[in-house]
Amino acid sequence: MNLTLKVWRQKNRNAPGHLAEYQARDIPVDASFLEMLDIVNERLIESGDDPIAFDHDCREGICGMCSLTINGKPHGGKGGVTTCQLHMREFQEGQTIVIEPFRASAFPVVKDLAVNRSAFDRIIQGGGFISVRTGSAPEANGTPIAKDVADRAFAAAACIGCGACVAACKNASAMLFVAAKVTHLNSVPQGQPERDRRVLGMVRAMDAAGFGNCTNQYECAAVCPKEIPADAIARLNRDYGTAAIKEALVG
Amino acid sequence: MSSNPRQSDTPDAAIPSGPLATKWSRHKMNARLINPANRRKYHVIVVGSGLAGAAAAASLSEQGYKVSCFCYQDSPRRAHSIAAQGGINAAKNYQNDGDSVHRLFYDTIKGGDFRAREANVHRLAEVSVNIIDQCVAQGVPFAREYGGLLANRSFGGAQVSRTFYAAGQTGQQLLLGAYQALEKEIAAGGVKMFPRTEMLDLVVVDGHAKGIVTRDMVTGEVTAHAGDAVLLATGGYGNVFYLSTNAMGCNVTATWRAHKRGALFANPCYTQIHPTCIPVAGSFQSKLTLMSESLRNDGRVWVPKRKEDCGKPAAEIAEEARDYFLERKYPSFGNLAPRDISSRAAKEVCDEGRGVGPGGLGVYLDFADSIKRLGEAAIRERYGNLFQIYHEITGENAYTQPMRIFPAVHYTMGGLWVDYNLMSNVQGLHVLGEANFSDHGANRLGASALMQGLADGYFVVPATLPNYLATQKPGSVTTAHPQFAAVCDEVAQRVSKLLSIKGKRTVSSFHRELGLLMWDECGMARTKDGLLQAIEKIKALREEFWTNVMVPGSGEEFNQQLELAGRVADFLEFGELTCIDALQREESCGGHFRVEHQTPEGEALRDDDDFSYVAAWAYSGDVSRPQLHKEWLTYEEVHFSTRSYK
Repeated sequence: MNLTLKVWRQKNRNAPGHLAEYQARDIPVDASFLEMLDIVNERLIESGDDPIAFDHDCREGICGMCSLTINGKPHGGKGGVTTCQLHMREFQEGQTIVIEPFRASAFPVVKDLAVNRSAFDRIIQGGGFISVRTGSAPEANGTPIAKDVADRAFAAAACIGCGACVAACKNASAMLFVAAKVTHLNSVPQGQPERDRRVLGMVRAMDAAGFGNCTNQYECAAVCPKEIPADAIARLNRDYGTAAIKEALVG
Repeated sequence: MSSNPRQSDTPDAAIPSGPLATKWSRHKMNARLINPANRRKYHVIVVGSGLAGAAAAASLSEQGYKVSCFCYQDSPRRAHSIAAQGGINAAKNYQNDGDSVHRLFYDTIKGGDFRAREANVHRLAEVSVNIIDQCVAQGVPFAREYGGLLANRSFGGAQVSRTFYAAGQTGQQLLLGAYQALEKEIAAGGVKMFPRTEMLDLVVVDGHAKGIVTRDMVTGEVTAHAGDAVLLATGGYGNVFYLSTNAMGCNVTATWRAHKRGALFANPCYTQIHPTCIPVAGSFQSKLTLMSESLRNDGRVWVPKRKEDCGKPAAEIAEEARDYFLERKYPSFGNLAPRDISSRAAKEVCDEGRGVGPGGLGVYLDFADSIKRLGEAAIRERYGNLFQIYHEITGENAYTQPMRIFPAVHYTMGGLWVDYNLMSNVQGLHVLGEANFSDHGANRLGASALMQGLADGYFVVPATLPNYLATQKPGSVTTAHPQFAAVCDEVAQRVSKLLSIKGKRTVSSFHRELGLLMWDECGMARTKDGLLQAIEKIKALREEFWTNVMVPGSGEEFNQQLELAGRVADFLEFGELTCIDALQREESCGGHFRVEHQTPEGEALRDDDDFSYVAAWAYSGDVSRPQLHKEWLTYEEVHFSTRSYK
C-alpha cells in the first residue's frame, strides 16, 4: 500500500519541532505499524537522511515502550492494543497518517517520537510497592485470596505503564495509571498494611511530576491497550479520600 | 556415581563438597559475611534490570549495599523478562502429584540433556519454593482456585503440575514485583538507577572486575563507573539470529565485551528454538512472537497426513487424514514433549512437504477438542490474551480455526561461564540469569527461565557475593585508575569509527544477512560443511561491515542506528564463536542437533564419553581463534541415560 505520513520531528528536548511529510510506498499490508516505520527509516538512511526516532522494544504489546499518537489517538485509538500490535491492514490505501509523540508536559520529548516517561517511575517510588524484604516472606498458601479479588488485582496489574492514558487526557492526568497500581496492591491482603501510605504517596508523586487532574471523561480507558477499567479511578478516589481523612484526623 | 575421569582445565567451579542435597545449605553456612555497618561502604554495579538484575539490585540494597543499576530501556520495568508468558516452576507439590525438589532437579537435568552442572541445578530446585513465597508476598497476582489457594498448570518435559502462572502474563507480573522492589529501594536511596544507559565495556584491574564504561543513550556521554563488584544480568543472545522472540534491543554486547576482557564464554551453540511461535509472514518482519508453551496443555499439534491436503482449509481435512505427530511419536508426553524435540518434529514434517500456511513453514495448533470439552469461555479465561495477540498479528480467529505455529529462536542456554558462586573467571564479575550458562544444559524446560532469573537475583547472589566482597577493601579502585580512562578512550574511538565509515549498507541489512546465515547453518539442524561455510561467510560479512556500514547522525545525541551498529558489530564476532562451538561439538544434545549424529529414528545422539563437558571459550586476541577449555561434568546423583519422551 501507499501512504502519506506526517511525522513529528524534533531534534531534542529543547529544539522546536515540526511535522514533516514522507511518502511510504509499497508497504505490505501484513506489516505492523512499526515495521512500516522501519521500512521508511531504511529508505531515509539510504538516501542520507536522518531516520525517525521512536521508542519500541518487545514488539508484542507487553513492555510498554512504544508510544505513538496516530491520527490524534494514542496507539491508534483502536483500544486494547499497543502501537506495535497495530497492523497496516487497519489502514486504507492512500491514507494520510499523522504520527506524533505522547504529548504531556510530564513526558518531555527526547527526540522525534520518543519521550521521557520517568515520571511514572517516580510515582511508583511514591508507594507503588509492598515492602517485603527478600527472604522474609511467609508460606505462599498461608493467605488464601478469593478468586474474584485475585482476578480484580490481576486485571489492574496488567497495566504496562505506556502512558497512553496520559496522552489521551486533555489534562494529561495520570489517574488511570495510579489507579491501576492502587487497585492492584490495595485489593490484596498483602497490600493492606501500607494501603494509606501508598495511595497518599503515589497521588502526591503524581502531582509533583506535573500531571493534571482528572475530570472524569475516561478518554484514558478508551485508549488503554490493557483495557484497565475506569472504575479503578473511583476506587483510587475512595482510597485517597479515606487515607486523607485519616491523616487529617490522626496525623 | 557417573564421574568423569578427565581433568577439567577451566578454573575451579567452587562446588561445595558433601552430599548434593546439603551442598547449598552448607555453602551458605561456610560463606563469609559482611557486617551490616560495613555493607554500605561497598558499591555493587548491576547491569540489566530484568528478573535477575532487578531482584539482585533490590535484594542487595535491602541488605545495605550501595547499588547502581543500569538498563538500556527508558524504565527498568521494560526489561524483556516482561514478555515471558506461561509461568514459573516451583517444587511446592501443592497438587499432591508426586513433585519434590529432587524431581524438579532431575527433570531439569534430564531436560537439559545431561549437560548442566548438577550442584547448580539442585540449588535452583531448592530455592524455587522460596521464590513463590517471595513473589506472593510482593502481591504478584498468580492465578488462584476458588478456595483462594494458588493454581498450577503443566509445562513441557514434566509429568507433574508445578507451574505457577498469571494468565499469559507471568513474566510481566513477576518483573513488576521485582521492579517495584527495586523502585522501593531507589526511593529509599539504596539504589541509583541509570535508565537509557548502555554498558559498552568492562573495566578489569589486576584481574578483578572493578567497573564499567557506559554511554548515555540520550546525550551520548561516555562515562566510567567504578564498583567493588560487577553483576551482569543482561539476558541472552538470541538476536544473533536477527529474527527471534527477543525484544528488538536484546543484545550480546555486555557479555561479549566482558568475554573480550577475559571472561570465558560457555556453550554458545546451545540455543533454544521454541516450537510455538507465529510463523514468518514476509521479509519485512522485524521479530517473531511466541505463543506460550502453556497452549500445548489444551492444543493439539497436527499437519495433514498427505501433502496434497496442505492447501485446503483445516476444517476440510477429515480427522483420519490428520497426523497428530507429537502424540504419535511421543505418546507418554504427547503435545507436551520438550521444546527441542517438538521443534525438530515440526521441522521434520515441514521438510517432508506437509507444512501448512505460506511457504509450508507452519503446523497447526488446534483447540477444537478442548473448546468442545471445556467450552470457549474456559479457553478464553486461560489463554485470552494469547488468542488476542494471535488475532492482531495474523488476522485469524483461533477459536474457530487452528493456530498456525512454527519454531523460532527464543532463549539461549549458553552464556558466560560461572562457578557455583555465579562468579566468572574474572574475579568479582558475577553473571546472573540467561546471561550465564549454568542451569539449563543443552535445553531449557518451559517455565524454568523465570525460576532461574529470580533464583539468581533474590537468593543466590545475595548469599554468594559477600564471599567475594569480603576479600576486597571497599572503594579500593576508583575511576582515577588509568584503566578507566583507557577503556573510556577505546569506547569513544569505537563509536567514532562506526560513525566515520559512511558506507552504503544499512546496519539492519547486515543484521538480517547474519541472522539468515545463522538460522540456515546454525539453527535447528547443523552440519560440519554448513558450519564451515557459515564461519567463512561471517568473517567476510564482518569485514564488509567495517568498511561499508552506513551509520547516520552523530555520537552526541539520541542515535538509535548507532546503538544498533554497536550491537550488530558484536553479533558479527559472536556469531562466529557460536558456529565454532557448534562445529567442535561432534554430538547432538538438546538444542544442538548435528545432522551427522542421530539415531536411525532421527533422535539426537549424545556422546557422553567424549562430550560431557562444558565448552568454555577464552578470547585469544583473535576472534577467529578462541581457545577451548573444558569443564568435565561430574554427576553424583543422576546417571546418564538416553533422554526418551516416548
